Amino acid sequence: MVKLSAEQILAVEGMSLSFGGTQAVRDVSFDVRTGELFAIIGPNGAGKTSIFNCISGVYHPQQGSILFRGEELLGKPPEDIARLGVARMFQNIELFDNLTVLDNLMLGRGLHMNYSLASAFLFGRAARRQEVANRAVVERLIEFLDIERYRIYPVGMLPYGVKKRVELGRALAMDPTLLLLDEPVAGMNAEETEDMARFILDVRAELGVTMVLVEHDMGFVMDLADRVLVLDFGERIALGTPAEVQSDSKVIRAYLGEDLTGAAKETT
Amino acid sequence: MTNATKESLHTTRGRPQLFTSYSREMAIFNTKVKRNWAIVGILALVVLPFFLQRDMVALITTVLIFAIGGIGLNLLTGYAGQISLGQAFFMGVGAYTAATLGGEAKGDVIGLGLDMVIWLPLAGLVPALVALVLAPLAARVRGLYLAILTLGLVFIGEHIFKEAKPITGGAGVGRAPAEPVFLGFDLFSNQTILGYRIDRFTIFYIACLVIFLLLAFAARNLVRSRFVRSFSAVRDRDVAAEVMGVSLLKTKTLAFTISSFYAGISGALLSIVIGRISPETWNIFLSIDFLAVVFIGGLATITGSIMGAIFVVMLPKLVNTLTVFIPGAGGVGDGSLLNVFELQSIIFGLLIILFLILEPRGLYGLWLRLRNYFKAWPFSY
Repeated sequence: MVKLSAEQILAVEGMSLSFGGTQAVRDVSFDVRTGELFAIIGPNGAGKTSIFNCISGVYHPQQGSILFRGEELLGKPPEDIARLGVARMFQNIELFDNLTVLDNLMLGRGLHMNYSLASAFLFGRAARRQEVANRAVVERLIEFLDIERYRIYPVGMLPYGVKKRVELGRALAMDPTLLLLDEPVAGMNAEETEDMARFILDVRAELGVTMVLVEHDMGFVMDLADRVLVLDFGERIALGTPAEVQSDSKVIRAYLGEDLTGAAKETT
Repeated sequence: MTNATKESLHTTRGRPQLFTSYSREMAIFNTKVKRNWAIVGILALVVLPFFLQRDMVALITTVLIFAIGGIGLNLLTGYAGQISLGQAFFMGVGAYTAATLGGEAKGDVIGLGLDMVIWLPLAGLVPALVALVLAPLAARVRGLYLAILTLGLVFIGEHIFKEAKPITGGAGVGRAPAEPVFLGFDLFSNQTILGYRIDRFTIFYIACLVIFLLLAFAARNLVRSRFVRSFSAVRDRDVAAEVMGVSLLKTKTLAFTISSFYAGISGALLSIVIGRISPETWNIFLSIDFLAVVFIGGLATITGSIMGAIFVVMLPKLVNTLTVFIPGAGGVGDGSLLNVFELQSIIFGLLIILFLILEPRGLYGLWLRLRNYFKAWPFSY
């Protein structure tokens, strides 16, 4: 177990989000520490992805605050949040299908390039230098994720598991301080899941990125996460280490139902 | 090691696909074959008019002008995924900007008679500025919705053109276009150069060729830059683009503005080829012609836009020639089942449908297939 740093990188306080009469997130608070691998779990519709959408600025929560390194994210447009160093992987792959793997990752480098439109029209010195420098960064990531042979293919044609890896690469290309992973192993077989777990651990070890993970694969979450937040119907029902969470009666009730609590304990 | 020896090493290795640096791979003509063919192609374009009849020279000039406008529209429609029917409006704005600045004053119609050095850039910049003003509206919608929004623009534009008589001459009357006098040199007059007499159509063709090449290379450069990369990102997944730091508003505005710059230049040059411009020129059918250039040529390719322009401009001529061989087809009012124009519309419509279904990458896609077939020959499956 990695020793947690005391420094909070992300602090969510009393966040509530509703769509009309539907309360998606209700008064949820949690904090993520620097270097931590923080997991959010919960049954379908518990509000996990909604929380991600709030953090990355796609949804606008009605109440609460989201502090990222001391800066309020609420009310900021997604592109500004990205600029601050928050990257994200999507639940249903949201890659740029017609672009090659290279271009997808180069888009992740967009925030690290600033040459002018004039330079782009002439493909002048600044444009050339920045394109080449960022290309080198992207190539290193491609090597890291072991997707060299797909480099020049449009991602639309690639198999599912590879797409997920490309999406991780695209998020990493942004050089983020905080990475939000929305079901990185959904729909993957055991082998692919293991590969992804390894990549995530490598990212943490080599790049030192703090990660928040949403996942349904309990084995995956319990093996990787330092701390786990459990949601049910938009509310926080537990927060703690994997071991603490697993033995929490509220969590067991949320997953397995009211009357089966006793039976569930025996089988797990 | 000098560049030259590096390059010869390249060829002796015999692996044209092997790149030894990123900037080499990023080059527009990243293989020798491509570069050599481009040089041959450009030379052919330079000498072409000397072998052609006058009306054919005017036709290939129109091809170049359509290619300029087509490239602009492809940046917006092909790359940024915004279908725009506003092309004709922006071409009109470009044409009237040019005519007002560079044309002759006649009666009530304003004309400042300025040099092409002034009016040509402004013929692009003024429509770009108009687009910039309209962009916040246009950027709120995407895909087909922009088509409806810009459809309105064309009709409003046509109405304004008809009413703004001091600038446009008014409906049915029109006005003379800008005079292509570049630094005192009239690009639309017969000249004698080195003892050879060159007619004005050829001179103007060469001028358009230079402008076309400049704008086409600029577009190709833009396509490999961060800007057009974000255009495509917005087209494919706008939410993902946003969380990666791409501003939708800025990106769509930029696409719309650049596209209108190209449209404006295209409109200004087209008005000179037409000879006299009336407000009716800039109607919805011109916009549709340009969408045909983009769709038939191939979405999101600059080369394709050029192919599309050749096709769309040449097709009427071809249909005209072929009419004789098609039973039931004939001239206007000679009692035949279909006249030339009807036949043209039918063929156009059919081709757009066929391309959308069979080869969405358009003529450029067909070319890629052909090229890859022969690349792998004799092992092509």
